[in-house]
Formats: sequence, structure tokens, C-alpha cells
Amino acid sequence: MSNIFSIDNHELHRYISDLKKIREIVLTNAVMVGEIPAPTFGEKDRIRFLQDRFIEDSLESITIDEQGNGAAIIPGITGEKNILLMAHADSVFDNKIDHAIAVDQRSLVGPGIADNSLGLAVIASAPIILRSLNIKLDANLILLGASGGLGRGNLKGVRFFLENTNTPIDAGVCVAGTELGRLSFNSVALLRGEIKVSLPKGYDWARFGTIGAIAHLNKVIQKMQNIRIPKDPQTSIILGAIRGGNAFNTVAIKANLQFEVRSEESKIVEEIHTEIDEIIDEISALTETDITLDVIGSRQGGGLSYRHWMVKSVRKILEKLSITPQIFPTVGSLGAFIDQGIPGVTIGITKGNSIHEEEESIEIEPIYSGLAQLVGTLKCIDEGLKNED
Amino acid sequence: MKIETWLRNNTFKHGSFWDIQSLVREKEKKGLKISLCIPTLNEEKTIGKEVLVFRSELMERYSLIDELAVIDSGSTDKTLSVASTYGADTYLAENIIPEVGNHPGKGENLWKAIYQLQGDIICYVDADIKNIHPRFVYGLVAPLIYKDELQYVKAFYDRPLSLSKGVRSPGGGRVTEILIRPLFSLFFPELSAIIQPLSGEYAVRRTVLDKIPFPIGYGVETAHILDVYQKWGLEAFAQTDLEQRIHRNQATNDLGKMSFGILQTFLKRLGDYGMIKNQSEFYKIYRQFQVVDSDYQQITKEIVEFERPPMIEIPAYRKKFDL
Repeated sequence: MSNIFSIDNHELHRYISDLKKIREIVLTNAVMVGEIPAPTFGEKDRIRFLQDRFIEDSLESITIDEQGNGAAIIPGITGEKNILLMAHADSVFDNKIDHAIAVDQRSLVGPGIADNSLGLAVIASAPIILRSLNIKLDANLILLGASGGLGRGNLKGVRFFLENTNTPIDAGVCVAGTELGRLSFNSVALLRGEIKVSLPKGYDWARFGTIGAIAHLNKVIQKMQNIRIPKDPQTSIILGAIRGGNAFNTVAIKANLQFEVRSEESKIVEEIHTEIDEIIDEISALTETDITLDVIGSRQGGGLSYRHWMVKSVRKILEKLSITPQIFPTVGSLGAFIDQGIPGVTIGITKGNSIHEEEESIEIEPIYSGLAQLVGTLKCIDEGLKNED
Repeated sequence: MKIETWLRNNTFKHGSFWDIQSLVREKEKKGLKISLCIPTLNEEKTIGKEVLVFRSELMERYSLIDELAVIDSGSTDKTLSVASTYGADTYLAENIIPEVGNHPGKGENLWKAIYQLQGDIICYVDADIKNIHPRFVYGLVAPLIYKDELQYVKAFYDRPLSLSKGVRSPGGGRVTEILIRPLFSLFFPELSAIIQPLSGEYAVRRTVLDKIPFPIGYGVETAHILDVYQKWGLEAFAQTDLEQRIHRNQATNDLGKMSFGILQTFLKRLGDYGMIKNQSEFYKIYRQFQVVDSDYQQITKEIVEFERPPMIEIPAYRKKFDL
């Protein structure tokens, strides 16, 4: 099917002006979500807040599952199809950080407000957003706040939900706080790993001197940097974080490296994975050191094509809202949909700054366009699913 | 009333009032109107969030409050425009009943709110709270809605001090522990059961507010507690645990000035109640010292706790409310 399902200009701009009337609801949800710390695997209180919102809005089938995901249903007119609208609930900030969100006339500022307090606030506000615009979808709209999305979470929550739900999901929309115009419809293949170097008990200090785990990890890194990275398909190795040792004057017994390999092709990621395994074996043997690779997460590449009706529809909506699309593959929640063969997109709601810093901020004014884009997208998907039959 | 009985019966946790829908039903059944007043002076950093959260949660999602007003002492920053952006009614204290003049101070704003606002219950919330939440209002008005015999509900907290990074506890409430609680224990032991008598968050019935005088400075909260206690007794009070309140920490020097003002209010009342004599001999200059190089310098500040009379004595008020 190659149709475009779209909303006329007048309708989209009506959304924007009507959404301004419920500004306080969305912003307050963003503030209240943002002020509840939610490090990965510690999202319980945030999900409880979401559940309270679902209860207040009298939604159906409100549940918190074994993985700590919060879900509920806004029933559709026929309910023959099911659209999943989701946002990850966790943030990169631990709960010792002061999570107070500051509000001024143009922006909200505070840790995690963009990634992804605003996204989760949109899920919490969705019933009121649709009600205020007098929109009722034909399909059931399943709202999901997903746990364990980031880092070591490896999309654990959304994967669990998709694997265990007894409701067949026909399409998905992932909401990211930023960046307005973002449109992701496919996923890069990914390997997220941690290399751990540790000196064994019988380590031969006489032979290897006092260079310790950090120096051995450095050898691994040097070899990894020599791995040939193709330009096409686009591929990268990200050396994300490194830790090791305890003090100036103590030889490091342990050191570790967190890294990601990303590629447009799954095969390339597999090949690089094999090369890293070989490097580890080699350095481990040469230095008589224990070196292991823990695979924290992986994704298969894939997703929709640029010409898929869902992608074309969202592009058209962005065009009508005069928003320049920023198209790039994701390593986020959409990957779980792709693994399950469920068509989906990720879209952003507003403009932001200082992402993943304590002074993370979002702009208020673009939120209305972002929400209009989201509602338009849901309407197009609803229409498109009807036409698929 | 014994302290233990009062603590047991009149101390609440905000979580007991989580069902705001039921609260709104009870409020409507009793025909009550509730006004929220936030007194301000240069609070642009925190006022936006307070107004946003209260308006969204307690006016739009639930109709618990009927009126949300910011009454300002003449801010030179964007306090009023930020508050207005998020839907607060904004007033300059000097423009309210101008014929009585203006005495800048937080107490002046609280006093003039009684004239300006319509509510049967007025809830006051300070503007410097970083972790604002609807509980700061519903936790205070709920006891008044459910229990007709209560007149004055005070907040108490675990008060960490806000730092640039992280939060530490316990702390705060230093003036309470060093000054107020010893004074209450000496002169009014029952009042020592009020855990945070100086907290800036409380809800009061209009019928009480318009009958008590208002110091315009540091002593307003202390005066309230003493005057309400004298007229209505301990059983008129309740207090609600609102968990944490994150706010700016005050310098010790500022706490000294605050204590000096509070002492004036306290001693004036002891005189009025006939508990001490010759209060006119007390000085009004607060003296502090600083060291500059090797010299000791005196810093003096005149602190006079001017008091507004009970609002019910103001003709404009009697006329407006048809009394």
C-alpha cells in the first residue's frame, strides 16, 4: 500500500490552537514526572504516577506488569486494530541528583526533562489531549510507559510487553521529548558491550611488572581502533565510558570499557563482534589476564522504508507544520517493534538543549506543534490500518 | 486538651487526602470557596512552577481551589509576569485598599489577601518551594473541609536544605528549635505540639483571619498561633505532614534578624495578655558585628514589627463583604 493518509492544514492548526488551552496539563505532567527520579530499573515511582493518571482518566485495563511497565487502553470505536503509543520511563540520572524542574516563561529546565520526562508526560496526558480535540480513534490506543529502556535496560520493558501482551499490536509510535522534526522509522544494528579486564590471583607480577589492568585494557582499545570500519553501510564504534583502578599509587586490579558498535547492516556488527572477541582472546593470552566481553544489548537492523505509507504520512504532516524532518535510524525503543515485525515510528515533541546534562531543557512553544504532529500521526495510522484490510 | 490527645487527633498526613475528587465533592456539598494566596517578592525562579502545578492540578483537573492569586510586595524581577503567564491573578499589595497605606512586608500581603480574595478558606503558600506539589494545598485545606470544628491548619515537613547538588537532611527550622519552641515551652506548653509553627504554608477560615491582627514582618506566623490559641484554643488547630519541602537556606545573620522580629511580636503579646510588664522599654535596634581586617564593626538595623489591625475593623472590608 502506498497511499498517504494525511490531515488537512486547517485541522492541524486547529489542533495547535486547541492544545494551547490544555498547556498546563501537559507541562505539569512533565514537571511532576521529571521530579520523580527514575534511573533504569528504578522507574517504579514514575510508573505509579502514570498509573494514577490513567486511573484519574478512567482508562481501561490499567496494569503494571512484572517488568514494571505501566499500561492502559483508550478503547477505539471498533477496537479492531491496536496502536501502541509508548515512551520509555527511565532516565540517565541517578536518584541522588536534585530532580527539581525549573519553569520560566519559555522553557522547563532540569535533569531528564527532554529524555524522557516530556515523552512520558505526553503518554500521561494523551487521554486529555484526545478528549480536548474531540478525537476518537477507530483502533484501540494502548498507552505504555516502558521500564528498562536505556543502557543496561536494553529495552527490557517494551520487549517484555510486546512478547507477552495478548493484544496484537498493529502499529507503534514511540514518543521522544526531543527533537521536534525527528523521524525514525528504522533501526541500526547494534552491539552494546562491556569489556572487563581483571588481574587473576596467580598473576605473574615478575613477568608483566606493575602495569596492571588499565594498561591491558588500553591494548584492547588500541586494537579495537584498528578494526576497519566501512563508510557504506555506515558503521561506528563508540567508546562510551571507561573505569579502572582506585588510587594514584595502587596498581589497578580491574578496568572496564563500555562501548557500542552501530551499523546499518546487522552482518557488519556481527563481523566486528567476532573481531573484538578475537582481540580479547589475543590480549588475554599475551598478558595472562582475565578479559571478558559482556553483551549488554543488541539489536537487529531493519524497519520501514522511506516510502512506507506510515513514513510518508508523517513526513507530510511535518511538511504541513513547516517542520524540517530530521531522519535518522534509532537505537531506541523502536528496535523492539522492529524485532517483532511491527511497523512503527519514533517522533520528537519539542526543541531541547543540554541533553543528558543536569541543565537539560525543553522549549515550551514548539510543544503544541509537536503534539499536533503526534495526534495527526495517530489519526493517519488509524486511517491507514483500516485501509490495510 | 492534652498534647498527646491533640497530636493523635489533629495531626494528619497528606496521603490521607489523596482522593481529591472526594474532597471536591465535600467542598461543594458544604458550599465552600477556597482561595490560594502566594505572597511574593522577587521569586521569578520558583513562582512559575508553583502557579503552573497548582492551576493545572487543583483548578483544571480538579476544582478544589476557586481562585489563585499572587500578591506581590513590589518585585523588581519577572515574578508577576511569570505568574501571570501561568494563569495566576496578580496584585501589587500597595494597590489593595490604598486608603490604608502600604507597609512592605510579607504580613502586609497576607493581610491584604483577606480583603482581595473571595474564599471562605484562604490557603497561604510561600513562593520559594522548589519541590512544589498539589499536596501543599490539598493537605492543608482538607482538614478544614472535612472537620467543621477546625479553624487553622499548619504544615510541617522534613526540611532538607537545598544545595547546588543533591539534598541533605535533616536541617532547617533552626529558629523554631532555638527560639520558638523554648518560648512556647516556657509560656504556652500546649503550643509546643505544633511541629513547625513558622512554616509559611497554612490554611485558615476567613472567619478567623479577619479577626486577628497581622504583624507585617517576621512575626506574622507567631502572632497567628498565639492569637488563635488565645481566642479559640488548641482544638482549633491541626497540622499536616507534607513530607519534604526544598527551599533556599537562609544565612545565620538573617535568622538573627528574623528572631529579633519574632521576639518583639512574642513579647508584645505577653504584655497584652498581662504576662509581663514594661515592654515599652525594649529596644528596636538589632545589633550584629563583623570583623574588617583587625577592626570590629557594629552593624545595626532597626526592626519594628508594625501590626495591621484585624481586617474586620477596616470599613472597606466590612462594606465589601457586607458585614
